[in-house]
Amino acid sequence: MALIAAALAPWRAVAQVSSPPGTHMQVLARLVGGRTAKPGRVRVLLADVVDNGNSAPLTVSVESPMSDKDRCTAIHVVADGNPNPEVFSARFGHSVGKAEVQTRIRLARSQSVIAYAEMSDGTVWSGRAQTVVTVGGCGS
Amino acid sequence: MSEVRLRVPPNARRGEIVEIKTLVSHDMESGQRRDDAGKLIARKIINKFVCTFEGEEVLSADWAAAIAANPYFAFHVRASRSGTFEFAWTDDDGTVTRQRASIMVS
Repeated sequence: MALIAAALAPWRAVAQVSSPPGTHMQVLARLVGGRTAKPGRVRVLLADVVDNGNSAPLTVSVESPMSDKDRCTAIHVVADGNPNPEVFSARFGHSVGKAEVQTRIRLARSQSVIAYAEMSDGTVWSGRAQTVVTVGGCGS
Repeated sequence: MSEVRLRVPPNARRGEIVEIKTLVSHDMESGQRRDDAGKLIARKIINKFVCTFEGEEVLSADWAAAIAANPYFAFHVRASRSGTFEFAWTDDDGTVTRQRASIMVS
């Protein structure tokens, strides 16, 4: 039950628990300008257990037809457990044919990685993945 | 100069969605590490990655220090016509590394 509640909780609740006050919210406000993110449509793929926090493969994919009228225009990724929660922010031109990006990221410790998707209709959606980091990256 | 590795399909059918994979060699010094004397090592990362096609922006990404060393970034493009992609990586020190790759669309 607690797990379900956590999964459905809006991002604000998470920000209160696991990040320094305001940090995540400030990042998000700058990126999406105060719009509220709804959970859904965003899939964050990250290993359940990351042995090396210096380089963890990450895929973010967004449910979107990517047509001229209905498309994902940007993906933003935030890792609350890092000293600086920003990871990347990617904006898509009209030739991007599939709302999916792949990269490798640093994770300082076990945490949730949250991705936000901006859509052409102005809505913002979010998804997350929880991961356990055995050896953290960043400071070592 | 950073070394670049690209995977752009040389050929595609019109309307096909192709995956573009990019990798650039770079330490991505996070600004969080300390040297042997305990002093913080200054941040030096690639903070911006831009892909254009025939001058039109395809993807523009701001990268933070959480992007791993030797940044890898892959994305998907709808092939609509033949032309050349240009990729540009901007370092904190202002250096821009550029690379091009062409695609034939039939």
